[in-house]
Amino acid sequence: MQTKRMTFPGRWLPYALLAPQVIVTLIFFIWPAGQALYQSLLREDAFGLSSTFVGLDNFRRLLGDPLYLNSLSVTTVFAVGTTALSMGVALLLAVTVNRLLRSRNLYTTLLVWPYAIAPAIAGVLWWFIFHPTIGILPYVLEMLGYRWNHRTSSVDAMILVIFAAAWKQIAYNFLFFLAGLQSIPQSLIEAAAIDGAGPVKRFWSIVFPLLAPTTFFLMVVNVVYAMFDTFGVIHATTQGGPAQATNILVYKVYADGFVGMNLGSSAAQSVILMIIVIALTVVQFRFIERRVNY
Amino acid sequence: MVEHRPLGNALTHLILILGVALVLFPVYVAIVASTQGPGEFLRGTLPLLPGGHALDNYRLMWESGLSRSSAPPAGQMLWNSLIMALAITIGKLTISLLSAFAIVYFRFPFRLFFFWLIFITLMLPVEVRIIPTFRVVADLGMLNSFAGLSIPLIASATATFLFRQFFMTVPEEMLEAARVDGAGPFKFFKDILLPLSITNIAALFVIMFIYGWNQYLWPLLITTDPDYYTIVMGIQSMTADEGNTPWHLVMAAVVMAALPPVLVILCMQRLFVKGLTETEK
Repeated sequence: MQTKRMTFPGRWLPYALLAPQVIVTLIFFIWPAGQALYQSLLREDAFGLSSTFVGLDNFRRLLGDPLYLNSLSVTTVFAVGTTALSMGVALLLAVTVNRLLRSRNLYTTLLVWPYAIAPAIAGVLWWFIFHPTIGILPYVLEMLGYRWNHRTSSVDAMILVIFAAAWKQIAYNFLFFLAGLQSIPQSLIEAAAIDGAGPVKRFWSIVFPLLAPTTFFLMVVNVVYAMFDTFGVIHATTQGGPAQATNILVYKVYADGFVGMNLGSSAAQSVILMIIVIALTVVQFRFIERRVNY
Repeated sequence: MVEHRPLGNALTHLILILGVALVLFPVYVAIVASTQGPGEFLRGTLPLLPGGHALDNYRLMWESGLSRSSAPPAGQMLWNSLIMALAITIGKLTISLLSAFAIVYFRFPFRLFFFWLIFITLMLPVEVRIIPTFRVVADLGMLNSFAGLSIPLIASATATFLFRQFFMTVPEEMLEAARVDGAGPFKFFKDILLPLSITNIAALFVIMFIYGWNQYLWPLLITTDPDYYTIVMGIQSMTADEGNTPWHLVMAAVVMAALPPVLVILCMQRLFVKGLTETEK
């Protein structure tokens, strides 16, 4: 990795400049991560007095535990649902905004601010709208003949958390799709129009393929968001229920370790999550490298 | 636009208006709910037009909060959120600027090692190391303090990379000229590098302020003393009492919690977009 051709001399100064960042990283990132790795190989007795080395037994138990497998599949549904919904809506809005000239900035402003709203707040907002007794949407749904209740129906609860998580993320996806659309050369689209391709045909055979890098990047970011940043959505609303229907992996680590005090299992879950983050980060960076080389 | 179609234009605006309505709807409902009196919710469905109790509700939440949920007044929680968000933002910016400066403008052993050490923090979000990090903070006696709320979150790989990237684009001649004129590293950093980076700093400030303000899991873990509750995390304790949650008051708190970061985005939209697209996460 390069530096400047000319640098400052100094034996201790660079270390002193790096020290604050490195100390925080070591104490609050590396050491706890190491602890999680170590803990995941131990099992504590019922009173938390002694622990024994059990090797990979915690992992073996987890992967044989129906509750954990349920959490894995719940997370998959949640992540895919959130990503598809927020990216779909955002793409539609970006494509439409991109057709406009004068009112583009107005619409953009109106669409981007939910980025500022915390996932937990988004959760409370949608929880309120979907409230079975006083919410507006259940009232409308009832007129259509559907009795909404996210406290008893696992499908309703999943829809609720997906809506809350996706709603907040539309702004982010919208901005990146809009930037992607604006980098597509107008001449390509005009050439296709001269050849007689209509708007729909132009979108699917020119715009969408050229947006592929943006779409792929956003897919990774959205999956990371849905898996790790949505703790607040779950905790402030369903708390993993009803009957584990929205117990995503991140919430389960918290519930098992912090509330249930099952440290070995929670640490093993942390390690699995770390592996997932590392894999997703690697995918993301390889992609960015490729795009830079274009 | 390639061709002119009146019908297409109408459809464009229709889709966008629906989209904006979808985005605005939950917040509109929250604002309407926060202006209702306590009795409105007993009658069934929430009215869709504002009521006349806005001032009462907001004043009540600001000054005394919900006494039975053990959450402190919203005014105090907002203050706590502000301190935490600013501490995280300023902390992240300071230590990232210093590390990037060291990595770009000095040659020293283990430079690459430190670079990767900082990089690793990207892969270890709080969510995957909840309990051990809590233990470390507890052992250091930092529970229920602003130091505990902010310091563990101020490491930033993203900001360090961004500043490194930017410093690499600063012309070599700047440093050469400064050296010729006898400027030391601190003078160069303060008088040349900082002023050049000001737009980048501002853009990151916007993104990080929102990040800091919206922290949820971390305050939830390390604050048991309501004096340190932040607003985003405090609201959750108000809805815990299922069945008779005073929704008009909770929604007043929700609006107050969402307002500061939303205002930041609306007032500094250009910087926000720059920060978002440059950090890319």
